[in-house]
Amino acid sequence: MTKTTGLSRRNLLLTGAAAGLGAGLQALPRTAEAAQTIKLLNVSYDPTREFYADYDARFAAAWKAKTGDDVAVSVSNGGSGAQARAVISGLEADVVTLALGYDIDAIAKSGLLAADWAKRLPNGGTPYTSTIVFLTRKGNPKGLKDWPDLLKPGVQIVAANPKTSGGARWSFLAAYGWALKQFGGSTQKANDFIRAYYKQVPVLDAGSRGATLTFTNRGIGDVLISWEDEAHMAVAKGGAYSIVYPGTSILAEPPVAVVDANVDKHKTRAVAEAYLQNLYTPASQDLAAQYFYRPRDPQVLAKYAATFPKLDLFTIETFGGWQAAQKQFFANGGVFDQIYGG
Amino acid sequence: MAKRPAVGLRRQGGVANVIMIVVALVFMVLFLLLPLVTVFAQAFASGLSGYIASITDPNTLSAIWLTLIVAAVALVVNVVFGLAGSWALARFRFPGRLAILTVLDLPFSVSPVVAGLMLVLLYGRQGWLGPWLEAHNLKIIFALPGMIIATIFVTLPFVARELIPLMEEQGADEEEAAILLGASGWQMFWRITIPKLRWGLLYGVLLSNARAMGEFGAVSVVSGNILGLTDTMSLDVKALYDGYNIVGSFAVASLLASLALVTLVAKTVLERQFLTRSTKEEVSA
Amino acid sequence: MSLADSRPAPASSLWGRLRGQRSILPGLGLSLGITLFVLSLIVFLPTAAMVGDAATLGVGGLVHLLATPRVLGAFKVSLGCAALAALTSAIFGLLIAWVLVRTRFPGRRLADAMVDLPFALPTSVAGIALSTLYAPNGWLGSLVAPYGIRISFTVIGVYIALTFVGLPFVVRSVQPVLQDMEAEQEEAAHMLGAGRLQIFSRVIFPAILPSLTAGFAMAFARGLGEYGSVIFISSNRPGVSEIVPLLIVNQLEQFDFAGAAAIGTLMLILSLALLCGIMLLQRLVRSGRHG
Repeated sequence: MTKTTGLSRRNLLLTGAAAGLGAGLQALPRTAEAAQTIKLLNVSYDPTREFYADYDARFAAAWKAKTGDDVAVSVSNGGSGAQARAVISGLEADVVTLALGYDIDAIAKSGLLAADWAKRLPNGGTPYTSTIVFLTRKGNPKGLKDWPDLLKPGVQIVAANPKTSGGARWSFLAAYGWALKQFGGSTQKANDFIRAYYKQVPVLDAGSRGATLTFTNRGIGDVLISWEDEAHMAVAKGGAYSIVYPGTSILAEPPVAVVDANVDKHKTRAVAEAYLQNLYTPASQDLAAQYFYRPRDPQVLAKYAATFPKLDLFTIETFGGWQAAQKQFFANGGVFDQIYGG
Repeated sequence: MAKRPAVGLRRQGGVANVIMIVVALVFMVLFLLLPLVTVFAQAFASGLSGYIASITDPNTLSAIWLTLIVAAVALVVNVVFGLAGSWALARFRFPGRLAILTVLDLPFSVSPVVAGLMLVLLYGRQGWLGPWLEAHNLKIIFALPGMIIATIFVTLPFVARELIPLMEEQGADEEEAAILLGASGWQMFWRITIPKLRWGLLYGVLLSNARAMGEFGAVSVVSGNILGLTDTMSLDVKALYDGYNIVGSFAVASLLASLALVTLVAKTVLERQFLTRSTKEEVSA
Repeated sequence: MSLADSRPAPASSLWGRLRGQRSILPGLGLSLGITLFVLSLIVFLPTAAMVGDAATLGVGGLVHLLATPRVLGAFKVSLGCAALAALTSAIFGLLIAWVLVRTRFPGRRLADAMVDLPFALPTSVAGIALSTLYAPNGWLGSLVAPYGIRISFTVIGVYIALTFVGLPFVVRSVQPVLQDMEAEQEEAAHMLGAGRLQIFSRVIFPAILPSLTAGFAMAFARGLGEYGSVIFISSNRPGVSEIVPLLIVNQLEQFDFAGAAAIGTLMLILSLALLCGIMLLQRLVRSGRHG
């Protein structure tokens, strides 16, 4: 098994030295086939850093026990769109674990992986789910219980920018989907609702984590609209906040996929596929639940029923799938641009 | 050194001067000093042990290491380019010289983000050179070479901009004399040119190094943000912050701020000792 | 280049230039070769790639993209904030330069050295520090928060960050001119009974105006392109506080490479125009000082 992804400390040193000698623009030399250490690069979205840091260590141990090889998993975190862009431009991810299917579709479109990536793993390649919830100041002083409450005068909503953040797209659609249902399917009225909603958003961070920190560390806003996992994580990190579940929300399905072209180049397909398949095992599902992702495994879900209350969830299909939703809402000139355009 | 204060405005305004001094200092405290103090206050928010734990974290250490490598390579390129460029541009007149002088300043005024974007569009997988690079298994973007190129882009003018006016001011008489007396080009270069330029060179290196170690915008576009592998210190500040590690983030920031302070001290010393006034004006360009 | 065919004239002398003669100094080929090679790899080729990618949109596509409210809004925010910040830098920069040159007070040298802090401090550090300082729960932000004023995460934050990065340009541009200024004129004006303000507005200000303008232009150019410090402190709302460099990054993240290239090219043209203006101004300053 050879390593090719990422750069080792030694690579850096070698390259630094080589470059310093005047060969500066040469590419990284691939070091000697570093024995049995396999390098795997997981390019992921913003809020997953804690989960995958834990998962990677466990997977490496399991893989070592099974095959005798060491696996060193590197993770890159950032806004889902930014991460997909990096992979398209040449960041050699072996696996991508992003916030939404649209971003993996975009990578597929650039030719790095097959268009039917979602069919290769159970549940459309989404080993865990999440939803969009409200995180308020402790005790919910403004009494925000459901979507219409957010439009109360003086309520400040913190959200990320749906143009760049996957989580923000899910949260936009959660709000929009509620409005669509509430107003009997009238896009006009739903558009009005979402416009009024974003009027009360004082900060649009580039990524979900940035939005969370704006709300928690900077003390901005009355309510953060974010991933359920992100809200739980903020509480777990020791803040005085309350999690509020709206009556209706969206079933957010963050997908994972092996990047064919890169694993073939790095000869890491076996380990990359195992890395993703392993996400579906009961132990991993349990771990995901501990990091506040809703497990797909019904038994594990039942075990954590207290953490994940049941609520009325609609899916992306309400909007005709990601391609249609992207075009209608987030593409240049779409509904989101109209909110800020005029 | 400033000329001696004369009469008129310079001596009279007791109260007015005090007011101006106070306003200027308050402004500087608010805008310059307090941000600096904030960095250190936050870095030590959980005490010295927290601080030490933060900066000895393996990912942080590798970010420091990466930053040093990037800055070192950029420095070598900048010195070679600066010497070559200033020699060509200050000692010779040729068609297109002015155009090169203008382009030379471009990295100063172009947005670092645009710089990063350009590199992605040229060296990225879908960029102009992408297919060729891929066919030869060369990785530029999202790897060390890309980060080095981005850093060189934003720091390229510093050394040359320092040396050109210095060379023009010094004139070429000594070098011409050396050549007429039969010295070879390299002999002239090492024995005359370099010694005459050494302080200006040091000054340019100092400025370009400060920028190289702290560059964020351009590098952020071409770094894959792989924790512990392609995070420089400047990027690590953001990565740690996003990882809820506020103390760690400010600890790394405090290292960079210390570097900035060292740079300022060195710069002041150099200016006072070795630089003539006329080169000083170029510094801010 | 052999010694035989060249004359011992200084390379840059008028004589040499008029005669179009070659310098006796060696190394033009090598040094120019290195210069052009590095410039090509680092500056020319990447620039060509961006402009070329922008051109794929065609004139119609370019105009259409650049006329969208979001792009117009970002340019409005960037140009407006950079201009306002550069103006603030010009006013306070002039004051600081004045105080540093014309007055003596304890800690003056320290203050002089501190002026360059924004040059030396990495932008991400500046961004994280400023946004912490001016956040509603920060040292300075908490002072104004009770009055309903927010600085971090508003367009005011952008303005503050840009003022921070622009300040040294003005101080370092004006300072040497103030230092060089001859006392005679001021003294003469004083003898003739001119008041303090008159002396400033009639004698001093006209003399430093070119350098002040150059400093303003440099601060403006820097502010226009600034990214690192702004993203930490801005609320990034389209049309309100979203700056152009951030918009470029956003376009990229939506996989719109050509759109990003188009906006980047427009920024590049702006930078070039500013650069030419600054060079002209600096030439004016230099001829004013030495001529």
